[in-house]
Amino acid sequence: MRLSPLKLLCRALAWAIYALLGVGIVWGLVALVRMNGPVYFFQAVVDGLRLGFVYALIALGYTMVYGIVRLINFAHGDVFMVGAFASYFAITRYGWSFVPAILFAMVVCTLLNIVIERVAYKPLRQAPRIAALITAIGVSFFLEYFTALKFVFSADFITYKRPFEVVVWKIGGVMITNITVIIIVVTTLLLLVLQYIVYRTKMGKAMRATSMDNAAARLMGINVDGVISLTFAIGAALAGAAGVLYAIAFPQIITFMGIMPGLKAFVAAVLGGIGNIPGAFIGSLLMGEIDVLVVSFLPMGSRLRDLFAFLVLIVVFLVKPTGILGEAQVEKV
Amino acid sequence: MKRVMLAILAVVTVMSVALSGCSTPTPTPKPIPTAIPTNAGAVVPTATAAETASGTFPVKIAIVVPLSGDVKTFGESSRDGAMMAIEEARAAGWPIEVVLADSKCDAQEASNAANKVISEDGAKYIIGEVCSSASIPISQIAEAQKVLQISPTSTNPDVTINEDGSTKQYVFRACFLDPFQGEVMAALAIELGAKKGAILFDVGNDYVKGLAEYAKASFEAQGGEVPVYEAYSKDDSDFSGILGKVAAADVDVIFLPDYYNKNNLIAAQIKEKGIEAILIGGDGWDSPELQFELFEGGYFSNHYSPADPRPVVQDFVSAYEAKYGAVPDALATLAYDAARILLQSIAEAGVDDPTVVAEKMAAIEYEGVSGMISYDEQHNPVKAAAIVKIEGGKQVFYKFVAP
Repeated sequence: MRLSPLKLLCRALAWAIYALLGVGIVWGLVALVRMNGPVYFFQAVVDGLRLGFVYALIALGYTMVYGIVRLINFAHGDVFMVGAFASYFAITRYGWSFVPAILFAMVVCTLLNIVIERVAYKPLRQAPRIAALITAIGVSFFLEYFTALKFVFSADFITYKRPFEVVVWKIGGVMITNITVIIIVVTTLLLLVLQYIVYRTKMGKAMRATSMDNAAARLMGINVDGVISLTFAIGAALAGAAGVLYAIAFPQIITFMGIMPGLKAFVAAVLGGIGNIPGAFIGSLLMGEIDVLVVSFLPMGSRLRDLFAFLVLIVVFLVKPTGILGEAQVEKV
Repeated sequence: MKRVMLAILAVVTVMSVALSGCSTPTPTPKPIPTAIPTNAGAVVPTATAAETASGTFPVKIAIVVPLSGDVKTFGESSRDGAMMAIEEARAAGWPIEVVLADSKCDAQEASNAANKVISEDGAKYIIGEVCSSASIPISQIAEAQKVLQISPTSTNPDVTINEDGSTKQYVFRACFLDPFQGEVMAALAIELGAKKGAILFDVGNDYVKGLAEYAKASFEAQGGEVPVYEAYSKDDSDFSGILGKVAAADVDVIFLPDYYNKNNLIAAQIKEKGIEAILIGGDGWDSPELQFELFEGGYFSNHYSPADPRPVVQDFVSAYEAKYGAVPDALATLAYDAARILLQSIAEAGVDDPTVVAEKMAAIEYEGVSGMISYDEQHNPVKAAAIVKIEGGKQVFYKFVAP
């Protein structure tokens, strides 16, 4: 196969841009370390990791659902919120400790998301994709405002009581809390479980088959509706766990708390390559770092943080719509 | 029909008062003869209330406050304070009708609420809103509709001033302003020996932003340094980046002019970062939901202190305690004062006409719980600020600062 000179030029240009980008990032990081000292830099990196690992749990749900039904489930951030509230009730009302509370939140979110899928998305399976997308936005608003009613969760900020005391360790001047450690451990555990389900079980095989070709999977005798429900269930369980971890890290909850983390996780999923599980993880870690580093190193940074996050989305769409790990695929007509 | 509604309203009000009287434990009799609750829970008018309530013609007053959302305790206190003044006047025989509206401390919701109470309910007087960002849109509607508005607690200058610098004829307030509060806290920081300060504020809130700007200008003018001056947005929950800067700058004092909710979240993260600076703030801290253990040793400026020995303050505090079972916060106090200023002005005017009442209000001499109040050219009251310290897990009166 011979490449036309124009294509060759394009490819060379692309590699040049990547190389430039790589050099730029390395140079930028070195400059950041030099600016305020390594302790300041690594403190920000640790804080970014904490956020990134939470984003990862949310982003996985986005990316899995997209991989299977090609739907961006905008209600995902609100399922995350419900997880935080479920654990709040478990901890403050019933005095449960961390592990039962997080399991409870995961179960509640799983049931909720299965109901959402059955009621809102399943009837639209054959409808144009935009219909399902608009419905997802509708479900998102419904969850936010229904739970904001007085007799549900109320529209107030609620102080979240942590199920354990905060412990701070100082390692070379960098402060690491037990919350950061727990977030990283829990997320890693859940990721390993997910990896096992997707690549080592029959259900996982069915999921992968469905994501490759929905119709063919059905012809092979796979229960596609069951697989879709399972995907929503797994995504919701992860989002529920994320909600608990987020509320423990930032101990105040409100029914609108899912909007921003949900959108950030969506950007992270796109950045990593939507539909791709390791991609979502890498994208989320990057998003977490971008969030904290922008605030730490730019004056008035917290106003620019969201701007940068969504700038990433635009740049990814313009430069590499398939994301870091996503593969280009031909749209089936 | 209207009369039936009024009767129902009256019954409901009496019942709710009676019920609230039942649910709260009977307080031990207090040695103040003006405010002993009867068994039915009705309010015995105090001497001062009887003076104020000389009107006899029916008037309709709207109370527009946030009853849900971020700052609902502010709205509830304001409602209770204003209702107390109104019920005192009612008990003295003045038929006052009240319309309640929930404006959620939000510009859009406040506009909707103001339009509703004016057009649908026909109220000619509005007590509200609590937040400046909501009071400003209401003031524009009030000015256009010739409805008198008195905000108990909105401290932004733009509430009573038009964009061209002229005073809004129909808009007043019962509290002091952001510049004054910012200056008071900057002066306090200097007095506490602070040289370097950090200021963190919500950029989307006119009140918080105003306080931050004036405090910064005043602190720097007095020789202080503000190495960290950072804005955040309402939905932010991760403050690790900003607080990393604060920790690196090694400041003596952190000014948190936001409301109690956001401050609870920020203070929790300040503790985790191991930052030891003194926390100071504005009247947005004044809520029972402030987590005192996070703010130990901190100071905030406020409109009144229950420790003020003047009889008007002590009468009000004991009457409020008897009725609602809690010490009135500044919100309830200012709402009470705002309602009484309004009632006194209506009584002096002698007619149910907002234009005449506004003229009377501009010239009022009123002795209130939050101080002697008269109005300057821009419809701002002239009075003093109280500094409150958080000590041993509760609010302690520190001292007065007069302008």
